[in-house]
Amino acid sequence: MFDNAYEALNAEGDTRWAFGTGFADPLSGMDTAVPAGVDAADLAAYCLMLGDDALIMSHRLQQWCTCAPELEDEVALANIGLDLLGQARLLLARAGKADGSGRGEDELAFFRSDREFRNVRLAEVTNGDFAFCVARLLVFATWRLALMQRLVDSDDPVLAAIAAKAVKELAYHRDYAARWVVRLGDGTELSHARMRNGLDAVWSYVEELFAAHPVERRVGVDPSTVRAEFDGVLTEVLAAATLSRPEVDGLAGVSGHSGRDGVHTEAMGYLLAELQSVARAHQDATW
Amino acid sequence: MVSARTVASAVTDPELPMLTLADLGVLRDVDVDVDGRVIVSITPTYSGCPAMDTMRDDLDASLRAAGYRDVEIRVVLSPAWSTDWITTEGRRKLVEAGIAPPGSAPRRSAGPIPLTLTAPAKVVRCPRCASTDTVQLSEFGATACRALRRCRDCGEPFDHVKEI
Repeated sequence: MFDNAYEALNAEGDTRWAFGTGFADPLSGMDTAVPAGVDAADLAAYCLMLGDDALIMSHRLQQWCTCAPELEDEVALANIGLDLLGQARLLLARAGKADGSGRGEDELAFFRSDREFRNVRLAEVTNGDFAFCVARLLVFATWRLALMQRLVDSDDPVLAAIAAKAVKELAYHRDYAARWVVRLGDGTELSHARMRNGLDAVWSYVEELFAAHPVERRVGVDPSTVRAEFDGVLTEVLAAATLSRPEVDGLAGVSGHSGRDGVHTEAMGYLLAELQSVARAHQDATW
Repeated sequence: MVSARTVASAVTDPELPMLTLADLGVLRDVDVDVDGRVIVSITPTYSGCPAMDTMRDDLDASLRAAGYRDVEIRVVLSPAWSTDWITTEGRRKLVEAGIAPPGSAPRRSAGPIPLTLTAPAKVVRCPRCASTDTVQLSEFGATACRALRRCRDCGEPFDHVKEI
């Protein structure tokens, strides 16, 4: 037992925790052998995609700390960000073990450049107002919940176990966001107009979520197969919110490439600068 | 020598120190293999539970202090933790600490999880005055596993361990 958390974190002589590195491997003690019949490189690439979605979305939610309209929502957004950060840690650790590179979660989070990140562009876009925040969260959580529910049956038992935990968390995230979309959409004239704008701004990133990357088709869930379920949920929420479905074209990629190929928007570089600069400036620093 | 299971079962949760890891259902298994190595399996409550590292260190330190030299702490993710695993004793201790224990975890049938656009009505008893006239303020509270409620009778806010 320890008198305080700092002592406990230093128990194994690892003093690098101060800027977020040096935590114990979140998959420690688990059997992480890649099962026969599963392509290890594909599995690693897929876990990186799902892990990067969670990491980058978590970062955007964390930026709401001290900025949310009410204390309860500040706590909610931080909690949701923490759940996603936890999912990211597990998925990045899984990716590093599956590809045989031995890269840990920290190396993957802090020492890759933007072209190496595989998240969808929806996650990285700069935070707008609170309406944009809940619209993005509704879209993100609904899509991710549908994927994770199917991944519970993944051929990789580690990914299946991560998905089973994620499902429970994402159901809370989705419903939190949905209730806010309804409250603002079906609120005052002003809140309705702002919810309308927030939803429109998010909508250009929706098409990309359902465009299957070859890796997703081979080892994961083809996201185009969850489109109907996603549309069903959004229809229900938008009807209750007295909002119509946006008619906004999907944001084009570059020569057909987008987030899953490592082609991001301008916002990504700034986000990574904030996320990574301390770890990069003080590599292997100890406190 | 006190059994490894007894030692591990007495280790408390860093965020709810009135409960042991066994009360919470976080402690999944304690095994001693033929070489005398103690293998403890724990499971996180939520994916992002920040207390996992501290739990690991506390278990390791307690077992070593009890004379076990070879200790390994393993994480198990499956099956995913459920609030249904909190023991009766754990629930009693929660109420004593002013935290309302969870009801039954939602039973998931196959297919998509239904959307709930209004917070589902549930009976949660105020841990201070035992009134059931309580209302949810926020589904997200002081830690990942808790929601925030308020009692309409005694007026006090309180935490509620939400069902997963």
